[in-house]
Amino acid sequence: MIPLHWFLLVAAGMFCLGLFGVLIRRNVVAILMSIELMLNAVNLNLVAFWRYLAPEHINGQMFAVFVFAVAAAEVSVGLALIISIYRNRDDVNAGDLNLLKW
Amino acid sequence: MSLTPLHAIFALMSLFTVGGAVGVVLNRNLIYAAMYLVLSLFGIAGLFILLEAPFLAAVQILVYVGAISVLITITVMVTRCVFCKEPPPRQLTLVAVMAALVMVTLGFVIMTRFGGLTPAADVPADSIEQLGVAFVNPQAYLVPFEVASILLLGALIGAIFIARDDLPRDEEAVGGDDHA
Amino acid sequence: MSDFVIFLIDAAVKAVLIIVGLVLGFAYTTWLERRFIARLQSRVGPNRAGPAGLLQPWADALKLFFKEDIMPTDADRIIYTLAPAVTSVPALIVLGVVPFGGQISLFGYQTTLGLADINVGVLYIVAVTSIAVYGVVLAGWASSNKYAMMGGLRATAQMISYELAMGLAILAPVMMAASMSMSDIIDAQQNIWFVFLQPIAAVIFYITILAETNRSPFDLPEAEQELVAGYHTEYSGMKFASFFMAEYMKMIAVSAIFSALFLGGYRFFGLENLLGGWMGPIILFVKIVASLAFMVWIRATLPRFRYDKLMAFGWKVLLPLSLANAVVTAVLIVLDIIPSFA
Repeated sequence: MIPLHWFLLVAAGMFCLGLFGVLIRRNVVAILMSIELMLNAVNLNLVAFWRYLAPEHINGQMFAVFVFAVAAAEVSVGLALIISIYRNRDDVNAGDLNLLKW
Repeated sequence: MSLTPLHAIFALMSLFTVGGAVGVVLNRNLIYAAMYLVLSLFGIAGLFILLEAPFLAAVQILVYVGAISVLITITVMVTRCVFCKEPPPRQLTLVAVMAALVMVTLGFVIMTRFGGLTPAADVPADSIEQLGVAFVNPQAYLVPFEVASILLLGALIGAIFIARDDLPRDEEAVGGDDHA
Repeated sequence: MSDFVIFLIDAAVKAVLIIVGLVLGFAYTTWLERRFIARLQSRVGPNRAGPAGLLQPWADALKLFFKEDIMPTDADRIIYTLAPAVTSVPALIVLGVVPFGGQISLFGYQTTLGLADINVGVLYIVAVTSIAVYGVVLAGWASSNKYAMMGGLRATAQMISYELAMGLAILAPVMMAASMSMSDIIDAQQNIWFVFLQPIAAVIFYITILAETNRSPFDLPEAEQELVAGYHTEYSGMKFASFFMAEYMKMIAVSAIFSALFLGGYRFFGLENLLGGWMGPIILFVKIVASLAFMVWIRATLPRFRYDKLMAFGWKVLLPLSLANAVVTAVLIVLDIIPSFA
């Protein structure tokens, strides 16, 4: 059987790559994709802990399902915002979206 | 520790997951980045199957690959930003060091706290039924479930409202119902 | 370890059989379509290559094999090449969870006809059909052609819209059988098919699978008169053949799924146990052919939808109807008015 820490290390690697992407990318869509990576890493952790520590309680899977729901909501609104911004400003770089900054 | 076919599958799926993540972060062509994201999400689905959660694996493909990534791909195409110039990253070294530090810390905690742990028990045969019952059990997850559905409804309406093109521009077009 | 090896061989043989069956089925579905639609339009159809034109698919295949493979200058080479493969894969793998028969015995080896009867089979089918959209949208984008792009985006919007109604229509047989496993759903229909108990769900599902496979009257993504064939405009040779193949394999696959969900799958009131269990696949084959012939009949009968009508029909008719059907079914099952075959 595969030991737990293998799964956790993969999830940690994915999370750190997502974090790196969020901080380093300038394009809003790319930032959104990196956030998806981080959310998926969390999901993997939740399911791995469920399987290895408490398979008789369903809570771990349940939390993963809620992460799915929240991610779907987040992406749909986020992408709608991006399309709207693109329509108005012709630009989707995070650094240039400074209308509310002074 | 003997290597079984399970280990090989795990290695392949981890390769998809982490390799895909690297592709997402580093690829400057956004369509390619989106395809790497799909690869990474497939890897996660494979890992879910290895963790004996086939329901989540199917939902992962349905929601993440079939819906979220399609939306992202289409947004990339619609904003014609596949080749748009992304300014070069600033503070690359600082960010890389930070991410590496987080990784080292997480790795240290994982290895000291959870190193070599194997499953406590077998997955009950009716785990999918348990999941379904827990969703509608007032003692368990009924309220969060309903809240999540309201969140999704709100996101649906909000996304349509934000992204639509023909917003009324002048006072006349707003309509007379709720004039304050 | 030897158990594992036997399992591997068993699975590999079944997978190869499914793929070979789908590819051969593809060849003869084109023949069926051309012959049948010719009859419906008072023509003869292809009848020169072999008896009754039976060698026509092979002639077509040879022609496509030897055609020049053209790639537009501005095309994204990697994705342009990848798209046909991405389109074909879901069509090939979706049948993995559909059983083709019961227990059979072959040279003393007991096995079930069907690759993997997983307990989330229905969810697997919905998931796999939801990734089919990638091939189309990537092909449209990678061709760097406006018509192809329009076709790809149309196809995406159409498939996403009709997927919702399809998922809700599938919910009805799942609730009736109280299981997401395809074999449980088939077993629940031993006495009466779900098409009689759930006629609304069956009709909605059939309409949505026409839309998912881009069949007439929902063939807007490849409307030859408006979009010069849509997303595969720039494709030629074997790459074009892969798109064509994927579409027909999807038709066969969804026909098999429709049979399993609503027409009792490989069962026909006990008849499937004849010939040592080998009658099951034959019964399923007959049902698939009937469903394919019905698709061709629809193509010969109905004109194409206008795009806004298509969207309105999906969102304003099919989706509320399937939702209402799912709710009513659930309530009736809870009140014990219609039986649940748990």
